[in-house]
Amino acid sequence: MVLDILSWVCLVAGGLVGVVGAVGIHRFPDFFSRQHATGTTDTLCALLILLGLGLQAGLSLAAFKVALIFLFLFITSPAATHALASAAVHSGLDPKRGRTDSEGQS
Amino acid sequence: MYAVAIVAILVTLSLALARALMGPTVFDRIAAINMFGTKTVLLIAVFSFLTGRLDLLDMALVYAMINFISVVAVLRLFSHKDFHSPAENNVISVKVRRRWF
Amino acid sequence: MDLLIDISLLTFLAVTAIGIIRITNLFAVIMLFAIFSFLSATLFMTMDAVDVALTEAAVGAGISTVLMLATLALNKDHNEKQPDKNRHWLPLAVVLTTGAVLVYGTLDLPDFGDPASAPQTHVAPHYIEKAIEETGVPNIVTAVLASYRGFDTLGEVVVIFTAGIAVLLLLGGRREDPLDDGAKDKRVPQNLVLRIVSKIVIPVIMLFALYVQFHGDYGPGGGFQAGVIMSAAIILYSLVFGLGAAERIIPKSVLMFLTSLGVLIFAGVGIASLFLGGNYLNYSVLASSQVAGQHIGILLVELGVGITVFAVMLTIFFAFAGRERS
Repeated sequence: MVLDILSWVCLVAGGLVGVVGAVGIHRFPDFFSRQHATGTTDTLCALLILLGLGLQAGLSLAAFKVALIFLFLFITSPAATHALASAAVHSGLDPKRGRTDSEGQS
Repeated sequence: MYAVAIVAILVTLSLALARALMGPTVFDRIAAINMFGTKTVLLIAVFSFLTGRLDLLDMALVYAMINFISVVAVLRLFSHKDFHSPAENNVISVKVRRRWF
Repeated sequence: MDLLIDISLLTFLAVTAIGIIRITNLFAVIMLFAIFSFLSATLFMTMDAVDVALTEAAVGAGISTVLMLATLALNKDHNEKQPDKNRHWLPLAVVLTTGAVLVYGTLDLPDFGDPASAPQTHVAPHYIEKAIEETGVPNIVTAVLASYRGFDTLGEVVVIFTAGIAVLLLLGGRREDPLDDGAKDKRVPQNLVLRIVSKIVIPVIMLFALYVQFHGDYGPGGGFQAGVIMSAAIILYSLVFGLGAAERIIPKSVLMFLTSLGVLIFAGVGIASLFLGGNYLNYSVLASSQVAGQHIGILLVELGVGITVFAVMLTIFFAFAGRERS
């Protein structure tokens, strides 16, 4: 019962985080800040949702597979974000800056 | 409750697809498409629990792998314009090889 | 819930297709193709065709994306092209007419899952009722693919084999120095993260490919999918560490050997069953009991499929990626 509630909370929170990230890629002004939105929420959303599913599965092969999916996403997703950002920097894309360069706000 | 997660993921998917179609730079598009792929993995995982067909989790795993490979491929081509050379200058590669092999 | 998912996925599919037409940047278009494959694979999955979905995800989203990118790499011109201002009415008319004819044709198709339709009434009931009893394989798709329809599958493997040979003949002529990698490209970014992550991830992918290969009797998967996933692991290695490094692991001669070996195993199982007194590709005679024989036969045949698919995919990738830009 407690596990059920916990897993529901995780699933809903995961969905919420995912939507927040998706709104983020529309609200933020330039590529790098959008990367921040996708990069962080992708991992957290995957963590929460897969944790919720894992709690539902209990100790079984399904839970193992869920854990494997999570580990895979947890390693590859930030790597892809990093590679994307570094490719963007090297191709000459500059972060959008605000009025004062020293603060770096947008 | 799975339904809530699925609806949330579908909303996320549609927003990511919109960014992929609008995205001013090509990197915006690739980032959105990468996000789309990750969320599809989650969609399949939740869907497999919703319907109780747990063998679908294999598919989610394949998706995660393939998504990573295609993002690496597109970035690789984008920063190199060809597929021959390694993604690194030699100094770093020698260092890494010593430590990991 | 299923309906909502189906409607959303179909909408995404249509939007993606329109996006593919409208967007002029070819990199983004290829990535959208990958999304298109993912979406259709997910649709197959909701229709319960898990094996097809696996194949679509691995081949459509994985290998063909990489091959399309490799083709793009062969082109000099990466710039965005402005769409042609001229309107082409004739192609539009042709496309609309063909589409209308196709849509008209679908009116005669039976409904999805209609129990009275032709595919459901001939051999399908026999397969569904008898597959486990006759072959001992819980995944009916594998039983049909490898055992009941083994001859068709042999044909498919030979087609893949032929495709590999054809690509080698057409694109085989390559640059002189495949082993001379690096050193010439100084402006490349430092991809230390990608290298280390790839080293963690590649063994997992290979292990998973073996799981898909040998678990195909019980769950979704089989030789085709496993071969593609395994080759995807090598392709990832080649993308991160360079083509030369990958070709040092699997030289071309080994690939050619493997390409033929897979077909040879498949056809050899058929010959073996001939010699043991059965029909061609009738695995029941391979062991003392029918189920044991079927099991051995299916395992060997799937292995042959996996080896050939793996080798051909890699051959095609190496042939594409190894060419100089024209």
